[in-house]
Amino acid sequence: MSERVAIIGVGWAGYRPVTPEVSYKELTYEAAVKAYADAGIDPRRDVDSFVTVAEDFIEGTSIFDEYVPDQLGAVLKPVHTICGDGLHGLATAHMLIRTGQAHLVVVEGHSKASNILTLPEVTAYAQDPILNRPLGLNTDFIAGMEMNRYMYETGATPEECAAVVVKNRRNAMRNPLAPYGADLTVDEVLSGPPLAWPLGRHEVAKHADGAIVMVLASEERARSLSDQPVWILGVGWCNGAPSLESREWGDVPYIRKAAVMAYRQAGISQPHLAIDVIEVDDTYAYKELQHLEAINYCRAGEAGMLTEEGFTAPDGELPVNVSGGSLGMGNLLDASGLARALEIVLQLRGEAGLRQLKEAKVGLAQSWRGAPTTSGAVAIMGS
Amino acid sequence: MTSKTDEFPGTPLREADFSEGKILYRHDEMNGQYAWDTGVGIGSYLAALKTGVILGSHCRTCRKTVVPPRTVCEWCFRPMDSYVPLLDTGTVNTFSLCYVTWDVKRIKEPEIPAVIEIDGASPLHGIMHKLGEVEPDEVQIGMRVQAVWKPEEDREGSITDILYFKPIKEG
Amino acid sequence: MGMRKVAVVGAGMTKFMRRAQETGKELSWQATRMALESCEMTLDDIEAVCLGTAPDAFDSVHLKGEYLSDGAGAWGKPFMRSYVGGGTGVFAPIQGWYHVASGLFDTVLVVCEEKMSSYYPHAQGAFLTIFDHTTERPLKPNLLWIFALEMNRYMQTYGISKEDIARVAVKNKRNAADHPCALLGDADITVEDVLNSELLAWPVNRLDVSPVSDGAVTIVLAAEHVAKRITDKPVWIQGVGWSLDTAYWTNRDLAYPRYVEYAARMAYEMAGIKEPRKQIHIVEPYDPFDYKECHHLEGLLLADRGQAPQLVADGVSLRDGDMPVCPSGGLLGVGNPIAAAGLMKVAEIFWQLRGEAGARQVPGQPKRGLAQAWGDLMQVGTVVIMGTNP
Repeated sequence: MSERVAIIGVGWAGYRPVTPEVSYKELTYEAAVKAYADAGIDPRRDVDSFVTVAEDFIEGTSIFDEYVPDQLGAVLKPVHTICGDGLHGLATAHMLIRTGQAHLVVVEGHSKASNILTLPEVTAYAQDPILNRPLGLNTDFIAGMEMNRYMYETGATPEECAAVVVKNRRNAMRNPLAPYGADLTVDEVLSGPPLAWPLGRHEVAKHADGAIVMVLASEERARSLSDQPVWILGVGWCNGAPSLESREWGDVPYIRKAAVMAYRQAGISQPHLAIDVIEVDDTYAYKELQHLEAINYCRAGEAGMLTEEGFTAPDGELPVNVSGGSLGMGNLLDASGLARALEIVLQLRGEAGLRQLKEAKVGLAQSWRGAPTTSGAVAIMGS
Repeated sequence: MTSKTDEFPGTPLREADFSEGKILYRHDEMNGQYAWDTGVGIGSYLAALKTGVILGSHCRTCRKTVVPPRTVCEWCFRPMDSYVPLLDTGTVNTFSLCYVTWDVKRIKEPEIPAVIEIDGASPLHGIMHKLGEVEPDEVQIGMRVQAVWKPEEDREGSITDILYFKPIKEG
Repeated sequence: MGMRKVAVVGAGMTKFMRRAQETGKELSWQATRMALESCEMTLDDIEAVCLGTAPDAFDSVHLKGEYLSDGAGAWGKPFMRSYVGGGTGVFAPIQGWYHVASGLFDTVLVVCEEKMSSYYPHAQGAFLTIFDHTTERPLKPNLLWIFALEMNRYMQTYGISKEDIARVAVKNKRNAADHPCALLGDADITVEDVLNSELLAWPVNRLDVSPVSDGAVTIVLAAEHVAKRITDKPVWIQGVGWSLDTAYWTNRDLAYPRYVEYAARMAYEMAGIKEPRKQIHIVEPYDPFDYKECHHLEGLLLADRGQAPQLVADGVSLRDGDMPVCPSGGLLGVGNPIAAAGLMKVAEIFWQLRGEAGARQVPGQPKRGLAQAWGDLMQVGTVVIMGTNP
């Protein structure tokens, strides 16, 4: 059984609000070519298994895994799809290598959100067909309700949530991959139109197209192929209650459990001391605060304060979403988790350009599959 | 296990349960509309169809000409080297006579889907389309066929710019 | 080899029905509850859940995996849904296998559910969307097309007749008469019945096809040290394999499923099997259409190309033959709730190897069985080999 697994190659394409000149296959090919060059491998010869994260209704095609192998170099190889987030895909590759049956595994995720003309209607189809869908509500209402309860339970304020938007979109201006960089003030964020009160339109990450491919290797292969392997120290994932009628509204216990699982594997008991850089899901601005508390970065109600005080800024004590998060880079649907992980990899390798943090030895990436799900994952990486 | 259990869970329903109002249900329809970017490979294919040409692509390393064209050769993973206009004739690789539509309605005259190996592409490389102007019992694997195109002014840059393939008459 | 050994320790399933009253969540729960009871475990004993279910379009719920997760027992647990079209039913146990073999979990639930009846007017319409959206869908293709095209090519290439193939439907539907969950078991069906049934898409007739169904199946997987505490008859996963062919299915020869061969070789190598025809005692290949059983037996290297129909003609693949094939009754007899159907085959091997298959029991104390599923545009092969030895 191979114990340690490392990321030895990364590649990406995008991210932009629209990518009309390429099909999703071609977008993925671009990311794959870069990842394979980064890892120094030939997929036809070297890769044992491939994992894609995708959902049928997002692609507009049933049995989407049919269309995966060609552009990854995976034809007639073990390929499967996970209907989950990019970090679920990463965890899957991690497990495959640990079985000892695979030494090199590729993970892929992409977003062609621009091709889904009726995305809100498609998303609403994830709501319970009998109990919730008949209400005809845009799925963001779930985030609105949760934000409301979160603020009620923790004392977080609308200003603190808006501060997340300001920070992340400002961070995005130093990220050449990010299409939504902007220099905003808290007032500008709060005075935007409401979406699902208390959630305002400016607090929701806009979508973007893009593709991300990562190459994972067993310890033995990593040492021979790479001089900068990024080790996976721990992974965790967990589900909560899918039904609205039986879930928690202020807290996200499934993220807590995912983090605990990852920390246990990584041997981490004090996250804010052990971890140097954090990328959490910020599909909705309040989520960054809620997720920071759920991964035990700080106590309930503190995340907002720390954000306003600059603790989570790039030059703060523990930078969060230096990449710009989804608010800055775009909501890449299920590939968002891979975008979070990608930033950690780049930081740990010292390849983050203007965004490079001085101290970057251990990083944490966390993802959430978006409303109406209660599904998320955590990955901890170290150089 | 199955030898120890008599009762397996599950409550089968009959169509009549619905029409007699014994079962409550809800009818809904998803409004899923997509506009897929065709990209470079398929975009070129569609543009060529509009001009009355079936386009393929060629990989020098694998020495294969494939259709529809794509930007990457899935066998060696290198970019395809060139686009190759193919002929609009071919050979039937396989076919069926289908008396049921996609939404399960019975039809009298069968649709004749087929895989047609296109002349100019490597062997066993073809596209799916339908056959027409042929009696169902005359269709054979190995039959030579010819594309029947929509008039130029009606073409849209779609696979349906070819109406169907018809048998090539001998002599 | 140093690899962690994984065993199946329990299984449960619902009836396979044309239209179930139960929702997808309830079907999942029924199968899961039964599987846990069968090995006297509770949900608290389970560390992770793997779900397999085919197109979201059937249940018409986006992110269907999330919706079904609580019915599958995944509340508060690590949960993932894997998906390879029709191959999912045999892939989900592979997913469960790598969960345990990786060392991350000791006990895993593998649940496969399908509720095809939700789709109106007929589940077959949902399959329109499996075709390429730009180059194929405008032709309004029909799921029957791809099977008929492949069946025709297979028959033509090897000179196989419809009678040869119909014998498979007869064998499986007769076998299914002994399966308590079967939808289309028929102890008296004949080759004439199959050949005279309604012509759908030549050369496919109605009785060549397995029916759309609702149903769920669950199995429980455990690591070696735990498995031995739970049951004195664990069934070990000896080999797994899977392979996905190119999406450009019109650029391949449909007469032979090479992707099944790739998957089989991967599984045989892992299991240390050098002579599959001698070393595999029971085979459960995926049989959504009768010719597929033959097609797959050849891909699994259990019959020479074009020769699989001979196995049925010679009685080799009957339950009391040398190599029983689909003793369960297969999809043709039990029903085809896509992902659940594949897992049903794995459950069948589990029960057969423990001597618990009742009237379907293959004689002679079989020690090793193989389950295989297939899916997509004639693209994916998934194989699991199970045995009484670790």
